[in-house]
Amino acid sequence: MTLRLTRLTLTDFRNYRSLVWRPAARISAVFGPNGSGKTNLLEAVSLLVPGRGLRGARSAEFARRGPDASGRWGVAGRFATQAGPMEVGTGSVPDGTADRRVFRLDGAAPRNQGEIAARVAAVWLTPQMDRLFVEGTSGRRRFLDRLAWALEPSHAREVAAHDTAMASRNRLLAEARTDAAWLAGIEDAMARHGVAATAARAGLVARLNAVLEQGAAAPFPAARLALLCPIAERLAAGPALAVEDWLRETLAANRARDAAAGSATVGAHRADMGLADAESGLTAALASTGQQKALLIGLILGHAALIAEARGFAPLLLLDEPCVHLDPERRAALFAALARLPAQALLTGTDAETFFPLRGVAEGLRAGGGELRPDEGFPAVAPVPGAL
Amino acid sequence: MGGPEIERLIGMLARLPGFGPRSARRAALRMLQQPEARMLPLAAALNDAARAVRPCRLCGNLDSRDPCSICTDPHRDRSLICVVEGVGDLWALERASVHRGLYHVLGGTLSALAGTAPEDLNLPPLLARIEQGGVAEVILALGATVDGATTAHWLSERLKPLGVTVTRVGQGVPIGGALDVLDDGTLAAALRARRPA
Repeated sequence: MTLRLTRLTLTDFRNYRSLVWRPAARISAVFGPNGSGKTNLLEAVSLLVPGRGLRGARSAEFARRGPDASGRWGVAGRFATQAGPMEVGTGSVPDGTADRRVFRLDGAAPRNQGEIAARVAAVWLTPQMDRLFVEGTSGRRRFLDRLAWALEPSHAREVAAHDTAMASRNRLLAEARTDAAWLAGIEDAMARHGVAATAARAGLVARLNAVLEQGAAAPFPAARLALLCPIAERLAAGPALAVEDWLRETLAANRARDAAAGSATVGAHRADMGLADAESGLTAALASTGQQKALLIGLILGHAALIAEARGFAPLLLLDEPCVHLDPERRAALFAALARLPAQALLTGTDAETFFPLRGVAEGLRAGGGELRPDEGFPAVAPVPGAL
Repeated sequence: MGGPEIERLIGMLARLPGFGPRSARRAALRMLQQPEARMLPLAAALNDAARAVRPCRLCGNLDSRDPCSICTDPHRDRSLICVVEGVGDLWALERASVHRGLYHVLGGTLSALAGTAPEDLNLPPLLARIEQGGVAEVILALGATVDGATTAHWLSERLKPLGVTVTRVGQGVPIGGALDVLDDGTLAAALRARRPA
């Protein structure tokens, strides 16, 4: 179950002018003061899978600033996989606009980004996610979709198609166009893609809960995930094609109401995610910040185990400041779970001492000045298989 | 670089589909190195095609004849019309030699976001052909995108009251493909498009 980043090359990316980093252990702890480039490193790795990365930034924001900066940026990763070495690169286009980003897979342009998503997966946790349960549903839905996407790469296409159809319907309703056949065609697309996206979300939730119940995140406290969505409730009770018919009819019946509301009041875009402690039943919405963070970490650890089981390789775990808000007991449980999981993990924190319990398992790297330096407090560990 | 003529040539080539600034420079250079052999014949071919080729008034295909050579072909099945989005799709079906009926080029698909409305599509000539009689079936061969599927749905609603059979090209399990590798959306499409074995 191998997916190992063996070399990362950054060129004019954020605060890195030129960096070549060869991970020397399965777990890498990166520490340094604020603004030293720790999160930038994780962001660079997150861009090796399709999407906008862990900050959700636009391509034009990635290029390093400064008098000697080229204005273009590049991130290249070499991976060791069961099928042999693989190289994924991404960056701005030399002749194009600053906001256009391209991918390379083994030196050639991939046919589509799904080709990369099929071979590399990454899951991340950032301090911004501490607000996941106090903000609106869209953040939680995006989080859930990213988990589903890592399990089923075609999920992103279904969600995008649903959202395109929904935006089209909103536009027609806002313009008061009354072409019933046109609206029915769009609602048909919303129903088909919305049900497919919901089925993928429901499948993820069921499988993730199953691996968490089996102790995939142990000794970290396990979480229990729920999909809060009327489409999912109907899918649990009947065939998908019948649910599509119901959704199509509901959308047609709700046109006047949706026109007044400015958006569809029923659909896959209204789904929410619920999270609770598997043992105590405490829901995330009622939990403290530290407890919420622990629930999310438990979920992500379980997810890594699920992807490893389902796809034959564990996703890269990018945990930005995972120890903030965690009590010593939960920190110890996190480190124990990471040491046990098959996934490669990159962790960040402000001080080296936080990661001392991982000595012997993880490498310690000090970030600063656009460089990464091995920290003397961490002895060398067994090299990453396939590293050059 | 080499005068405004070359820059203009590269600029015009770079605006063509499939070309970028680099490939336009390469193509321009290759032509300029052999103007007699490559460039003037190309210029003549461009000139001839620009003057002679027009959209067919019946189906929207591009041809130097109007009606086009497909519409006037006596060996074609005139009861069968295949609706495609663009001329490129018509060419693809012709290359495959799988359709022996007539065509209709819609000239786009409905898109609320791009502002393509029903009145922007080349529909009236198709309605006129059906109303004249003799058309038994209309095949909708539009892309499996949101806009393509929406347009197919809309078109089938428009055509069914005219008394013709409206069918869509199948979607689902690809030739040589295994079921367990298909995504949920493709599997659902394949189930919807099932037929008696």
